[in-house]
Amino acid sequence: MASSSGGFPWITLVVFLPLVGVAAILLAEETRAKWIALGTSLVVLLCSLPLWIGFQESSPAMQFVERYRWIASPPIHYAVGIDGISLPLVLLTTFLIPLCVLVSWTAIETRVREFMISLLVMETATVGVFVALDFVLFYIFWETMLIPMYLLIGVWGGPNRVYAAIKFFLYTLAGSVLLLVAILVLFFTGGHTFDILKLSQAIYPPTLQAWLFWAFFAAFAVKVPMFPFHTWLPDAHVEAPTAGSVILASVLLKMGTYGFLRFTLPMLPDATAAFTPIIMGLSVIAIIYGAYMAFAQADLKKLIAYSSVSHMGFVTLGIFALNAQGIEGAILQMVNHGITTGALFLCVGIIYERTHSREIRDNTGLAKAMPRYATFFMIFALSSVGLPGMNSFVGEFLVLLGAFAWGKLTATLAALGVILAAVYILWMVQRVVYGEPSQQMSHKLFDLHWREMGTLIPLAGFVFWIGLYPKPVLDVMHASVEHLLQHEVRVMTVEQPPRHEKSASLSSSQMAALSGYRDGQLP
Amino acid sequence: MWYALIPLLPLLAFVILGIGGHWIKTRAHLVAVPAVWLSLLLSLFAWVEVSTGQPVNVTLYTWASSGDLVIEVGLFIDRLAAVMLLLVTIVSGLVHVYTIGYMHGEPGYARFFANIALFTFSMLMLVMANNFLQLFVFWEAVGLCSYLLIGHWYERQTARAAATKAFIVNRVGDFGFLLGILLVFVTFGTLHYAPVFAEATQKASATVNVLDALGGKWEVSALTLICLLLFVGAVGKSAQVPLHVWLPDAMEGPTPISALIHAATMVTAGVFMVARLAPLYNLSPVAMDVVAVVGGMTMVVGATIALTQTDIKRVVAYSTLSQLGYMMMACGLGGYVAGIYHLLTHGAFKALLFLGCGSVILALHHEQDMRRMGGLKDKLPLTYWTFVIGSLALAGFPLTAGFFSKDDILVTSWAAGVLGQVLAIMGILTAFLTAFYSFRLVFVMFWGESRVDPHVRQHIHEPARVVTAPLLVLAGLSIVTGYLGIPEFLQPVFAGAETEVHHGGAAVGIMIVTTLAGFAGIGLAYVMYVRSPALPEQLAAQWQALYRLSFHKWYVDEAYDKMFVMPTFRLADRLWRKVDVAVIDGAVNGIARAFAWWGWITRFVQTGEAQNYALGMTVGAVLILTAYLML
Repeated sequence: MASSSGGFPWITLVVFLPLVGVAAILLAEETRAKWIALGTSLVVLLCSLPLWIGFQESSPAMQFVERYRWIASPPIHYAVGIDGISLPLVLLTTFLIPLCVLVSWTAIETRVREFMISLLVMETATVGVFVALDFVLFYIFWETMLIPMYLLIGVWGGPNRVYAAIKFFLYTLAGSVLLLVAILVLFFTGGHTFDILKLSQAIYPPTLQAWLFWAFFAAFAVKVPMFPFHTWLPDAHVEAPTAGSVILASVLLKMGTYGFLRFTLPMLPDATAAFTPIIMGLSVIAIIYGAYMAFAQADLKKLIAYSSVSHMGFVTLGIFALNAQGIEGAILQMVNHGITTGALFLCVGIIYERTHSREIRDNTGLAKAMPRYATFFMIFALSSVGLPGMNSFVGEFLVLLGAFAWGKLTATLAALGVILAAVYILWMVQRVVYGEPSQQMSHKLFDLHWREMGTLIPLAGFVFWIGLYPKPVLDVMHASVEHLLQHEVRVMTVEQPPRHEKSASLSSSQMAALSGYRDGQLP
Repeated sequence: MWYALIPLLPLLAFVILGIGGHWIKTRAHLVAVPAVWLSLLLSLFAWVEVSTGQPVNVTLYTWASSGDLVIEVGLFIDRLAAVMLLLVTIVSGLVHVYTIGYMHGEPGYARFFANIALFTFSMLMLVMANNFLQLFVFWEAVGLCSYLLIGHWYERQTARAAATKAFIVNRVGDFGFLLGILLVFVTFGTLHYAPVFAEATQKASATVNVLDALGGKWEVSALTLICLLLFVGAVGKSAQVPLHVWLPDAMEGPTPISALIHAATMVTAGVFMVARLAPLYNLSPVAMDVVAVVGGMTMVVGATIALTQTDIKRVVAYSTLSQLGYMMMACGLGGYVAGIYHLLTHGAFKALLFLGCGSVILALHHEQDMRRMGGLKDKLPLTYWTFVIGSLALAGFPLTAGFFSKDDILVTSWAAGVLGQVLAIMGILTAFLTAFYSFRLVFVMFWGESRVDPHVRQHIHEPARVVTAPLLVLAGLSIVTGYLGIPEFLQPVFAGAETEVHHGGAAVGIMIVTTLAGFAGIGLAYVMYVRSPALPEQLAAQWQALYRLSFHKWYVDEAYDKMFVMPTFRLADRLWRKVDVAVIDGAVNGIARAFAWWGWITRFVQTGEAQNYALGMTVGAVLILTAYLML
């Protein structure tokens, strides 16, 4: 029962080519490892481009689908495909991995071979998560991802790496266990299949949906991470090597929000409708709380980590606004956050290589000694602030528009995050870029060289491209997002009339019933 | 489509200087200056075109679309945009030339030119925007340029702090602006001016439920809320009370940008926005009153602070604040034409005053304190005379451009009901203060004994011609703009919206009173600073409380520091230590520790000795059996 769309298996190539690179690294000498890793990741990037070029924007269906039976009973398939939601994330991943190799070029001095292997396994696992159309396959990729990340933090990390690595591993694993339970429940109630698309078509009883919703939530909210499940993130970021931080921020955090989009929204529309206010509330808290946490940090990586909590709050806010602008803004914001925050971690990594400190007070006044570095740092910092003309603004604007349609006060509070972002980022810039140059560090500072420029220029290119002309990126999403929203319409038609009138009707007719209960007159 | 060249030329200059500045260095002006002057030439063509024909509205490209939202980048040039184009390109062109002399030999020469070119591009796009989002995008972009240019001399702690402050205070304003845009889209389903203005009247009674997220119900007028939210943005950008605190600090930037950005163009964007959106504001009397009152307050507050400042640039900055207040007040009272007219004349004479200050600062080797000036009029005659012309225009001296535009504002205000009359009286009083502080500046800087450092004194000479030529041009404009028929040119833009101006007895009366107020102010300044120079000290001692209030800028900065800045940092630090680390992460680690603890407890059960296991089994079996038998 091997059904496939017939074309060239580009997706499989993109997913498994990194493992070929792994094999090559194992066979080759250690000194060649980084070259092989770089070559492999660049080839993977090239192989992912046909996915974009050949992608039919007008179609909401899964494309480049490959589907082979893997295990007969229970029916598990190797099924992969992409739509407008996963395509941008796949491309983001394949684009970032070569940069991660480049930034580790001299920063990683021990066990280079194993490091590069971890990066490539990471690529397979993350792309696999985004393209999997079978729940078991998805879960395998989902859990595989933890291992290389655990190693990246635990082996090549900072002084407190073991604590951070174990915390990361256990925290995310604990969430994932409930995901596994949810997958099994879906299998038995959704027609004995692991096919994600079929499971998305099935209709589940509302009570079951509620249980499944929170099981999914446990897995996804930890990954995003949503308030109050975020405390593993600063520790993991601070201890991780630069490439680890970049992957963690740019790709790993997207798994959670991708999960909401791929599973929670289509499969559990009733529960989504019911629990949206809670998620919206948590998102707003994350935006404001994350920003406040960022103020208080003296460590650059921690500051950026907490800013991630704030920025990812915008993503969940957009998703649960349940309208086109919100969701498209959220997907775009996922990409934007990947680019901008990834780039900021790269910048911190670059300066750490010189001064061996991530403290703001040790890295001040870089504009004088490192003008090129300062320029790039400024670009990414301003992008993080959400300055128009740069990428993040587009995503944030659409998210806020979506959230505003959902609730005026919600969007207003979320928009406060835009002010707060300016405060913590610019205050950091004021010290790091423009401050008094630190005396004992000045001899260690030298400006960017070609390899570092090579990692930052493409990222800056995307910052401006998406900022000035986001249309192509958004056009990819329209059909899929519209398709996704149809699941929600199923509920909305039941939910009518709008919230406040509903609560008004509750007070009139149901209050009578309630008073009846109180009088002991059971119906 | 050639209109697109007007903004694109400065953009091109920015790109060239941004990428190649490292190599271009001291030749940066060769790139930037021609670009801006060409754009000025094209702006003239555009002005001719719209003054003889229809407004231009072209779409450049579709920026983004999502759901039913479609955003296009476009250019809209009508008479209002055309005069703004001319203002921006003329002042920018002159400032570009002036910069050649002012920034000569500075290490950041190319960077400075790159940034003012970027600013010119952004400002041009702002005035030509044909939709709300484009307006917002370039609104923030000019803010960025302002940030970068205030912090140009980033070696100075004060400059760094001022730059950050400017950005953040503007962000507070933009927060309102952004929400206003969201509400425009929710109400009208589009962000383009033309359809929004066309539908505005139908939507006049539309309401919005601001508590919908909480399931509550609190309906307010959509249009009023839109106007008020957008106005928050204008309050930030045009430095109106209570978000005015960033503008005086912005004087840390090099003087050319004080003239260009913080006097003539960017800070007037708020006034421009209110005028541009007149079709919306006219439908909301509440919003109009708020605009007028905020403008009036700014007018008074700015003037009262300007009285006692000693840094010459800060005096001019506070006068800018006050003049922006006049413009905003005029718009709020329906006098858009008068407001924009004053915006234009102010652009000329205030740029002149700043550049004049710059000329003095340059001659005195970066001295800005008026207490160490004096007696400069013979050494810097050209600077002096142009400065006097600028000050006369600012003081509303008859026959200068400032006289006509300020008079228009006050006459229009007087005709706008009780609120208008109250504000007009305040405006006349402020005109008196304005005349006083501007001539205090003239007399203290240029007249009397020289208090300049003796080392510097010997070398004082008029700066190079690139510096003085713009002064002459602007001095000419400070007079000429009063006679170009600008109000008549602008009238059609606001047709139907404008409060009728009655040129009756009241108008003549106001003109006479204002003129007398101006003379009185100049006269008082003469008495206090030329005739009896000991008088100011005595008065300051006598009215100490008032003097301190003015000198310390009404203590607004101190209040904000206590109310917002310090609490924010303290709260952030407390939240992090007490909540994030202690409670949330404490819970996480606590759970982990609980597992470890339980593991440690249960370890005692796993003794590895068979007897213990056997005992356990027996006890267990007995317990189960007992339970089974009992139940």
